[in-house]
Amino acid sequence: MVDVKTAPDAPAKAGAPLLEIRDLQAWYGESHVLHGINFEVKTGEVVTLLGRNGAGKTSTLKSIMGMIPKRTGSVRFDGRELIKMHSDKIARLGVAICPEERGIFASLNVHENLMLPPTVRSGGLSTEQIFELFPNLKERLSSSQGTKLSGGEQQMLAIARILRTGARFLMLDEPTEGLAPVIIQQIGRTIQRLKSEGFTILLVEQNFRFASTVADRFYIVEHGKVIDGFANSELQANMDKLHTYLGV
Amino acid sequence: MQALYAQLLVGLINGSFYALLSLGLAVIFGMLNIINFAHGALYMMGAFCAYFLLNGLGLNYWYALVIAPVAVGIFGMVLERTLLRWLAGLDHLYGLLLTFGIALIIQGVFQNYFGSSGLPYAIPSQLQGGMNLGFMFLPVYRGWVVVFSLVVCIATWYLIERTRLGAYLRAATENPNLVRAFGINVPRMITLTYGLGIGLAALAGVLSAPINQVRPLMGADLIIVVFAVVVIGGMGSIMGSVITGFALGVVEGLTKYFYPEASNTVVFVLMVLVLLVKPTGLTGRAT
Repeated sequence: MVDVKTAPDAPAKAGAPLLEIRDLQAWYGESHVLHGINFEVKTGEVVTLLGRNGAGKTSTLKSIMGMIPKRTGSVRFDGRELIKMHSDKIARLGVAICPEERGIFASLNVHENLMLPPTVRSGGLSTEQIFELFPNLKERLSSSQGTKLSGGEQQMLAIARILRTGARFLMLDEPTEGLAPVIIQQIGRTIQRLKSEGFTILLVEQNFRFASTVADRFYIVEHGKVIDGFANSELQANMDKLHTYLGV
Repeated sequence: MQALYAQLLVGLINGSFYALLSLGLAVIFGMLNIINFAHGALYMMGAFCAYFLLNGLGLNYWYALVIAPVAVGIFGMVLERTLLRWLAGLDHLYGLLLTFGIALIIQGVFQNYFGSSGLPYAIPSQLQGGMNLGFMFLPVYRGWVVVFSLVVCIATWYLIERTRLGAYLRAATENPNLVRAFGINVPRMITLTYGLGIGLAALAGVLSAPINQVRPLMGADLIIVVFAVVVIGGMGSIMGSVITGFALGVVEGLTKYFYPEASNTVVFVLMVLVLLVKPTGLTGRAT
């Protein structure tokens, strides 16, 4: 079991907003992709952004992380404004991203991929804790190339490497995409365990069934805006909306 | 037979310069995606830096071996910060044209002040003389150049392929945005990498000064062959550049012995053959 005491930001401050986003707009060159995103994530929560392909979910994560240079509005993390910061500075505040399609580096072996992100704060998981969480990774550590791992192993590697850093706010972009049901279940259990150990997680998902098992709250993103939000307990009452916006 | 060994040694020495220069080019291309045509001019600046240190400040070859790569490397970093950075994300052609222009300006300035003829630079006293190996006479300085270049090439390879910093560099070559989102200052790393590549060129310039004299166009003569070496080895491949550099130096030396008429063209013939059979170069990967 991962030691709760070592997990960053244990839920002592549960309930306080860790991330507040107001009127976030972003552009890829001339293309205006986010048109005023508003939502918040409280400490210790798992919040899921739902929406169709191209709705602006990934762009929202990238904008929070500072990976889209042209953006306006307000992104406050732990009381600090991130909108003018570069992504390396944001990462050093304890924000980590597990990108869409995992971002495993072909020129690095599995061990190098795992150890790549530097420690940004104390309290990151040790290698032993990582291997306890993802036993498969220990067996594959000597593999030559990170990209030679299976899709599920690559996803675990992508999550594992940000857990080492000491970041307390994790953004996971479609972690179940293209994975077998048994692996999806394993990732779901991992997210629930991380939540229980004090991590705050912002999830982007198209797999609504999966998201409903791990999220505390949902926001629906459509055409670069958050158009609705509700708690997991209000899920049944909002199924019609989900049918309309997501076709689920 | 003595002549054959002598040509092999000349080949190894030329190979040392090819390896150091193509290594720097490969590092810069791999990280910055820039075909650095200014490399030859910066190699020449390394040699001139050694000349100025000796004749202006009285600092000998051993000081030059450290100071010249650092000084020219810093000059390279200023170039990257002020000029090359603006070309990020643009077609390779822009970088090639800009660095070609930079090379012409640097060479023009040095030619204006020092003419085209060579300035002498003495072999350091500790490395003068030679050794009779039985089958050939080995000038000590030339042996030093080969061994020192090999050590530098292996150290650079180790830095890039076996260290954490090297892992950052390789990862940033693939996906700089993601590496930066992990908390690594990628723009600063790019500047330092360019400085490292230029420092290697300047180091080759210092090593070359006692053998080839110090001339404003010494880099221009060499850079075309070095580009052929990089293309044969595979653009961006560190080890490929080093091995190909030494190997082609030796091939050139052997050609001088067996068929001297082809010695100036053999590298380019090999380049055409490699491009026909394996367009990514001998050790390069398709992207």
